[in-house]
Amino acid sequence: MLLVISLLLENKPGALMRVTGVLSQRGYNIESLTVARTLDPEVSRMTIVVDVDSALRQQVIKQINKPVNVLQATDLTDSPKVVRELVLVRIRTVQASRPAVLKEAEIFGGRVVDSSTEGFAIEVTGAPEKLNEFVDVMGSYGEIDVTRSGAVAITLDARKLKLQPPVPTGTGSKLEETVY
Amino acid sequence: MLVECLARESVDCMFGYPGGVTLPFYDVLYDCAIKHILVRHEENAAFAAEGYARATGKVGVCCATSGPGATNLTTGLVDALMDSIPIVAITGQVSSKLIGSDAFQEADTFGITRSATKHNYLVTKLEDLPRIVHEAFYVASSGRPGPVLVDIAKDVFQGQGHYQPVSSIHLPGYKVFTEGHTGQIKRAAQLMQDAARPLVYAGGGILASGAAQELREFVEMTDSPVVQTLMGLGALPSEHPNFISMPGMHGSYAANMALTECDLLVALGVRFDDRVTGRLAAFAPHAKVIHVDIDPAEIGKNRAPDVPIVGDVKRVLAKLNKVLSEMGPLDEDLAAAWWRQVRGWMEEHPLVAEVSDSEIKPQHLMREIDRLSGGHAIVTTDVGQHQMWAAQLIRFNEPRLWITSGGLGSMGFGLPAAVGAQFARPDKLVFAIVGDGGFQMSIPELSTIMANKLPIKIVVMNNGHLGMVRQWQTLFFNDRLCAVQLDCFPDAEKLAAAYGFQGSTVDKPADLAAALERAVREPGPYLLNVAVTPFECVYPMVPAGAAINEMVLGPPQAEAAAAR
Repeated sequence: MLLVISLLLENKPGALMRVTGVLSQRGYNIESLTVARTLDPEVSRMTIVVDVDSALRQQVIKQINKPVNVLQATDLTDSPKVVRELVLVRIRTVQASRPAVLKEAEIFGGRVVDSSTEGFAIEVTGAPEKLNEFVDVMGSYGEIDVTRSGAVAITLDARKLKLQPPVPTGTGSKLEETVY
Repeated sequence: MLVECLARESVDCMFGYPGGVTLPFYDVLYDCAIKHILVRHEENAAFAAEGYARATGKVGVCCATSGPGATNLTTGLVDALMDSIPIVAITGQVSSKLIGSDAFQEADTFGITRSATKHNYLVTKLEDLPRIVHEAFYVASSGRPGPVLVDIAKDVFQGQGHYQPVSSIHLPGYKVFTEGHTGQIKRAAQLMQDAARPLVYAGGGILASGAAQELREFVEMTDSPVVQTLMGLGALPSEHPNFISMPGMHGSYAANMALTECDLLVALGVRFDDRVTGRLAAFAPHAKVIHVDIDPAEIGKNRAPDVPIVGDVKRVLAKLNKVLSEMGPLDEDLAAAWWRQVRGWMEEHPLVAEVSDSEIKPQHLMREIDRLSGGHAIVTTDVGQHQMWAAQLIRFNEPRLWITSGGLGSMGFGLPAAVGAQFARPDKLVFAIVGDGGFQMSIPELSTIMANKLPIKIVVMNNGHLGMVRQWQTLFFNDRLCAVQLDCFPDAEKLAAAYGFQGSTVDKPADLAAALERAVREPGPYLLNVAVTPFECVYPMVPAGAAINEMVLGPPQAEAAAAR
């Protein structure tokens, strides 16, 4: 199944590598992954779509929560949310098809971002499945190049971020020094 | 500044190997009280730090230079990760301006060790160093312990600055769950009340959290039989009447039958490892499961529990014991009936050390070591046949005596781990029981042992083969032995003498006890090479992919006849 995970991580060197590392190390297939800063420049938000067996669902979330730099990973798959993706399509088409291409782009709410004698560059945002259809339709009019952003998601639930408070130095080792 | 940080973390000794970029650090070390033990290979620095940590519960520290030094550490880091052992590794890195330029002895240590550590750092600014070092010790030792690596650029080592005390550690994303959910603990207690055939399955988590006392109280209050994993041996004393033995691939008949027949499995600080469970679908098929672990990701990873409890097993058990004591006694008749069944299995196929008049059986060797240890010596091992026989036949009546490479199964672990353990516990008799294969991977450390006059008793169980691999070739590959024969083992007496200590070889059963006694009497190190039967197999054995009650209890008839 496709899991949609929204993840907050500290913007520290190597943090992205830790997240992708956990996914590849455990054999989870990344369908798409996006990352960018949040309002807090110290924190980045990732949206990860992974394709895993449904029995592994909880395990994926637990494993991805483990790296020290991950503040919180949330499974959005079944929660109220909006998922959007951006696609850029470069289409080369014959003169006769140009009006039809523009019409189709309009149907998908697309915007022409470049026009030349050879064809167009069109941008569309939407749910990932919708974009699949758009790409299929464009493909029927000519030769296309496609770049997709990967899904970005936002939850519609009010969620509180649970963070760990600071601890005094030396706490860890004292806990472990147990005398038998 | 690094030395100041280490001192504040109460580091009294560290295991390392210097190099170009760590020179400034060693220059400071020259004047300071932290004892640095020079090993002969960086991998062994990590193993020795593990030995120290496993013997004490304190964080072990190791140090290596950039490039090859750091890459050599990696096996030890993964070993510590798999067995949840708290170590901090300090590595040097090329100067921050040179990082990324393929400089001399540069390696991407930070990248390479990402999956080999619980957490790792690259330090390129002096002002970050104290915070990072203290974080490293905190992360290594808290929660589920593990290895943390701090890679430090040369210019940071060279930098001058005053140590500013770090009063608190702020890792907002690092969650440690210790308390355990009260409602779940009550549900667990209720399951105990309702169970007819409860079984405690205890592992390394008991040792990591220092819960031996709480475990003992729990076991005695409920009179449950106990199996302890390879990592958990010694948590409950081997001589405790409730202890059955180790379960799993080379576990005892009784332990595996009890797992298969129990109706409640109390899993404490364990991870349902494949070497314990065998075929997962057939593991403890009749049992409800209570699973206590500090790492939420372990719960439900391999077996979905009925009562999951995320928490420090010491605290959870203390609470559970309290709830149980308020609930009143369990049904004694049920317990007695269950014990009759368990004792029946124990008597049916006990773990006994086979002895022969003509050859030294490996099991005989373990029995003799057990006799000298009396359940109180530290025993380190590598991985393989000797490790399994030692685990089956040597008693451990205290926690942290049994020091073995469990999850990763690293050859060459035993000798350096013994170095670390002996430094940590100078009062203890330490046996390093190693195979002739693993011993030859760690031979350089004989020099470390002698240089530090460590009275380690090195016992090589020498069957002339990579015994466990040979066993699998015999059993599953039609006895087509390929690349498992280890010819040209050095003369032990001469080898030890070359390093300046005593050693000998023994090959007659009648001489074995005296040879071991002599080794133990010797005030310094001793190398005892024990020539054992070359083609012995470890039994019981659960073949890979089989259920754990489908054990092979002894050699097939044909092989038994040939052996005669």
